[in-house]
Formats: sequence, C-alpha cells, structure tokens
Amino acid sequence: MTKKLTALGKGEGGRINSIEAGRYATKRLYEMGLNTGALVKIIKNDSGPIIISLNGNKVALGRGLAQKVILEV
Amino acid sequence: MKNGKIALVGNPNSGKTSFFNALTGSNQHVGNWPGVTVEKKEGKFIYKDKEYDVVDLPGIYSLGAFSEDEVVARDYILTGDPDVIINIIDAGNIERNLYLTTQLLEMKKRLVIALNMVDEAEKRKIKFDLGELSKRLGAPVIPTVAHKGIGVEEIVEAAINAIDDKTSIENPLIYSGVVKHHIEHMEEILKNNNLPYPIEWTAIKIVEGDLNILKKLEGVNVDKKIIEDIKEYYKYHTSDSFELEIVDSRYAFAHKVAEYSVIRPLEEVITLTDKIDKILTNKYLGVPAFAIIMLIVFQLTFAIGEKLLGSFAAGSIEGLGRLLEIFLIKIKAPGWLVSFIIDGVINGVGAIIEFVPLITVLYLLLGFLEDSGYMARAAYVWDDLMRRFGLQGKAFISMIIGFGCNVPGIMSTRTMDSKKDRMITMLITPFMSCGAKLPIYSVFIAAFFSKHGGLVLFSLYAFGIFVALIMAKLLNKTLFKGDSSYFIMELPPYRIPTATNVLRNMWDNVSGFIKKAGTIIFLVIIIMWMLAVLPTSVEPYSQYSILGTIGTFLAPIFRPAGFGTWQESVALFAGIPAKEAVVGTLGMLYAGQYIEEGVILVNAIRQHFTPLTALSYMIMVLLYTPCAATLGIVAKETRSTKWPLIMAIYTFAIGWFVAVIVYQIGSLLGFS
Repeated sequence: MTKKLTALGKGEGGRINSIEAGRYATKRLYEMGLNTGALVKIIKNDSGPIIISLNGNKVALGRGLAQKVILEV
Repeated sequence: MKNGKIALVGNPNSGKTSFFNALTGSNQHVGNWPGVTVEKKEGKFIYKDKEYDVVDLPGIYSLGAFSEDEVVARDYILTGDPDVIINIIDAGNIERNLYLTTQLLEMKKRLVIALNMVDEAEKRKIKFDLGELSKRLGAPVIPTVAHKGIGVEEIVEAAINAIDDKTSIENPLIYSGVVKHHIEHMEEILKNNNLPYPIEWTAIKIVEGDLNILKKLEGVNVDKKIIEDIKEYYKYHTSDSFELEIVDSRYAFAHKVAEYSVIRPLEEVITLTDKIDKILTNKYLGVPAFAIIMLIVFQLTFAIGEKLLGSFAAGSIEGLGRLLEIFLIKIKAPGWLVSFIIDGVINGVGAIIEFVPLITVLYLLLGFLEDSGYMARAAYVWDDLMRRFGLQGKAFISMIIGFGCNVPGIMSTRTMDSKKDRMITMLITPFMSCGAKLPIYSVFIAAFFSKHGGLVLFSLYAFGIFVALIMAKLLNKTLFKGDSSYFIMELPPYRIPTATNVLRNMWDNVSGFIKKAGTIIFLVIIIMWMLAVLPTSVEPYSQYSILGTIGTFLAPIFRPAGFGTWQESVALFAGIPAKEAVVGTLGMLYAGQYIEEGVILVNAIRQHFTPLTALSYMIMVLLYTPCAATLGIVAKETRSTKWPLIMAIYTFAIGWFVAVIVYQIGSLLGFS
C-alpha cells in the first residue's frame, strides 16, 4: 500500500515509492538522500516540518514537500 | 615552489573546515576570489620541505547546476585543476555523502577519501570494511576525526602520494541500458574534439539535461557543428531527460558500495541527540527554548563582557590616555597634536577598543551555538512562524548569523534555492543587530539601564527580529510575491564544540574588529576630528566648527525622535562607514567639550540624554542604514547598485519612523 509521508505517524516508515514533485524539488530530495527505494522512518510529525530518519540521520522536511513523497508501507 | 594543489570537497557539515584548519594550521588566510559568489578558502601547508596549496570549496550535496555554490564548486574542480581531491565523507551518513563522490568519480578525478567522524559512527555501532570501500571506490580510504586531528597526517600522506600517481582512473558507475546508449551516442558526437572537460563526463552531463554545460561549451572554442548537434539533441530530449535515471544510477552505486562495506546495527542506537531533540524541537517547547538560549547568550555577554571585563578595559584605556597626555605636555608637543591624540585617538578609537571584551564574549557564545548543531534546530522550530511571514526556516539561520555580523549573514543566503526568499532575507538581515552595534547599546545601557543590561539587550535584539519579520511580510505582499520555497534541511547530531574551532572563530571576529578600529574607524575619526576642530578661528568641538555646522543642519531631522543635538546627528552618519564609529564620534565630541577631568562617555551621555531619548536613539541605531561593508556585500550578491541603495534608504526611513513613534508615545505616556 502506498501512503503520503505526511499520513504517517511517529515511528512508522517505509520505502520511498515515488516522488510527485516538480523536476527541481525532486532533484533536491534525491540529493538529500530521499530517492526511490530509500528507507524512511518518521521521527516527528505533529506541527511544523516533519522530521524523518534516513539510516539514522535526521532530515527536516516542510509539509508541502513531504506531501509529495509517496511511501510503500 | 609549488608541488601540488589539493581541493577539499564534501557535503555541508562533513567537517571540511576542521580539515582545512588542521591542514593549514596557523598559516591559513581567508581569501575572496574575484568574480565568484561563493567564498572559498585558500591556504597552504608544508610537508617534508615541499609546499602544497589547499582549497576549501563550499559544502555541497551535489555538483549539479541549480544553485550558484554548486556551479562554482564544479567549475573549480573542472578548471582549477586540482591535482588531488580530498573527498570528506561523514561516516554516519555514508550513502548520501557517496552521492557526491559518484559525481567526482564521473569526472575521473583523483580522490583520497576521508571517512570522517568515525568516532560518532562508532557510538552508533556502525562498522566499516575499509578495504572493501577503498576497492569499490578505487581510491584510498582513511578513517579520520578531523577536529581532533586524528588521521590528518595519514590523509596528507595519501594525498601527496596520489599527486604522483599516474595510473588511469575509471568511472565505476553502471548506467541503465537506455541511458548508457544515449551517453555513448553523445560521446560519438563529441569525439575528436578539443573539449575542455573529460569526454565521458561531458556526455553524461548533456544526457542529464544540464543546460549549463552547453553554455560552457559555447564559451570555449569547439566546433560549431557540435553545438548544433547538442541543441538538436536537447530539442528532443530535455523534456524526458534522463536526469533522474542518472541520479538513480549514482544512488544505486552508492547503496551497493555501502551494502558491501558498512555494517549497521539492527536497532538504531538512541543517541543523546535524540534525547535533546525531544525538548528542543518539541511542538510547544521549541520556540521558548530558543528564546531562553538567546536570553542566556545576551545575559552572559553582558555579565562577563561588560560588568566583569569591560570596566577593566575602560580603566586601562583611560589610564593610558592620562599617561600619554602627561607625556605629551612634558615634551611640549603642540596643542593640536595633544588634542588629536587625546580626543581623537584615545577618546575616539579607544572608546571602541574598550568593547573588545564584550564582543569577544558575544562571538565566543555565537560560535559555540554554531558549532553545536543548534542552528539547524532553530531553523526548524522557526519554519512554521517564518512561513506566516512569507519566508522559510532557512532564512532564520542567516538572521542569527547576522547577529554576529551582517556580512556573513547576507552571504549565507546563497544556499537558498528561491531567489525571492534570498532577496527578502537579504533585505531584512540589517535589522539583526550585529556585534559592532553592541558598543553603542552598551554605553547607553550603562548610562541608564545598567540594572537590567542583559534583558534590555535581549529585548533590542528581539525587537530587531520583530521588525525584520514585519518587513518580510510587507516585502512579500509587494515586491516579492509568491509562495516561499519548500524547506528541507539536515539536522546534524549535536556536538560539543571544540575549543580550537570556537576560539579560532572568535579570534577571527575579534581581530577583525580590532583591525577595523585601527583602519576604517580610525580614518572616520580622523576626518571627524578635523571637521570638529576646523576652522581654527572658532572654538573646537563647538557647533561653529565644520562638523558642528553640518550637524546643526541635520539635527532637525531627528528632533521628532527626541535626540536632535548636532553631536548625536553626526555620530549616526559617522556610523555608516562602520557602526563602531558612532561611539567613537560621541566619545571624541563629548570629551572635547568637557575639558574637566574625569568626564567619561557614560557621564556625558547621562547629561545629554534621558532614558526615553536613549531608548529612541538605540532603536534608531538598531534599525537604520547598515554599515558600508553590508551595503557592499549586498551590491556584490545582487550584482546591482539599486538594491544596496534601496536598502540604505528604506532602513533609514524605518529606523527614523520607529524611533519617532517610540519617543512620541513614550512622551505621551509621561516617560522622559
């Protein structure tokens, strides 16, 4: 099943299935390690940007952008 | 004799600067390169009697062509022709860091890999197979902890050996069938030409849809036919370019390398960082935590810098002044010389030097914050609020850096993706009160508000943020419409700042301050002094002097704000070349006026100001036209004279307006 990154709660995670953003944003996400297939875990998702963990490294991601990241859960 | 050029390349926060400092030691100097928009640091070191150049390139995630810092780093790697690149990789974040490495491999550059911060990775129970890593990357890999100096010697050795290594370098990346086909096709078009860059890399870039490379090729002397062919290729392929596929191949390679050479624990180790972040990034506690941290910074700055050390420094300067005066009178120096040295140099420039302890403490604390990893958290907790004002969290980092000095604050906007965000941030950074304004507040606080020094200081800085946000909103509604760009930022692990880094940062700033006092501020004070004692027919330092005449002419502008004497007006203008000159000028003019013994600046200010006018003066200083260096950097960054001019005028207007409101409302409420 696929879900938007914003739809996941703390502690949940999955692999990135696709990124539905423009060329520029997609590339930036890729460069920060959010490429298809990358394993993502939610550290914090309440208010403000979402904090995720990529291999134990934290990345903060604005909600607008996080909405475009689709995970396979 | 030059024996080689070494470039340092790595992600932001991978520890490049620590490396640069460890390599170059005390020999380092920071050099601005002409024509580039991103600061590179240049240095040299001597190893076994041979001298080597080191270039520290800005931290980047990719060698793409989106933001300017990337283009510049890429251009340097391609055309600066370093003999070897030390690629610094954060051991705790190896896949993402290897992404940049794959791009260096595509360029077929000779690499030495520094697997940095292995100590932190160890704490997280991450292990490495160095032999495997080295084999897969085709480059030596050395574990390091740069800020502690561990592994630096070995890196130097490996880099120097690599300079003499003449074996050919292979690109180990594997591209998917279609992409590979396109790259080969492009290589066919490009071959037999005098290309300025490696052919395979050029082909990859074209297939990747990188328009920048076409411009580069047009700039050099290549066959016109090729340009036509590339344009023809772009016509059919830019929309469905293979950009993301190529990025995927790079990541596939990085993942593969990591898979074979990195062993991670099954369960992530919960680090101290995670625990601290629970509080500092908390939904409710994040912003108050920020306020408390900043309050502590300003309380400490004031307590240590002013109360503890400040009076000592002031006493020393005063004592020195008196000794000098006795000496000058004894040797029967001419009156004008005594006046110049005592009023101009001691009371003018000396008044600034007195604040060295104060700004030392401020830079020490700000450096500590920068090094700790907290800045990224501040950006995080402020992102939400910043969005309401049409900006994003990243802008907040530039603003905090502006607290130290506006110039690096404005330069730090380079990493912003959106031009709109960048312009607004630049335009509001001057409201972030810098270290050079600290001496001004300090004398006024000492004169009227000394009981609550830290709190008053904190309130001024907070008020600066407030005005900055309001302006951001206004600019967003008028000149720069549109949504703010998305926010994406790494939250690095907290680190205990190393003494060397913090002290070096502090020393850079403090020595800069002292140097400025000896050069530009000295010059401003000399000019002010001459204008104040000329013409010789009138009483020096009086309103009949040239300076007095100018001041008297300007003074009415400030009368609605409550502080319209001629001295106070000219001091504000003297502050435009450099803010410290405000205090210097006031010190000189008041000292010249009060000939009797023991009148120090604070006392003079008590006589000339009331608490209310002191407040409106401080607010004017907080908000009005930034220093010449700041305007200069805005001109450079925007490549225009229009923006610095707009900045100079609009900040002046806002400073004046707010100072007037504060004074008028204060008067109505019965304050004086």
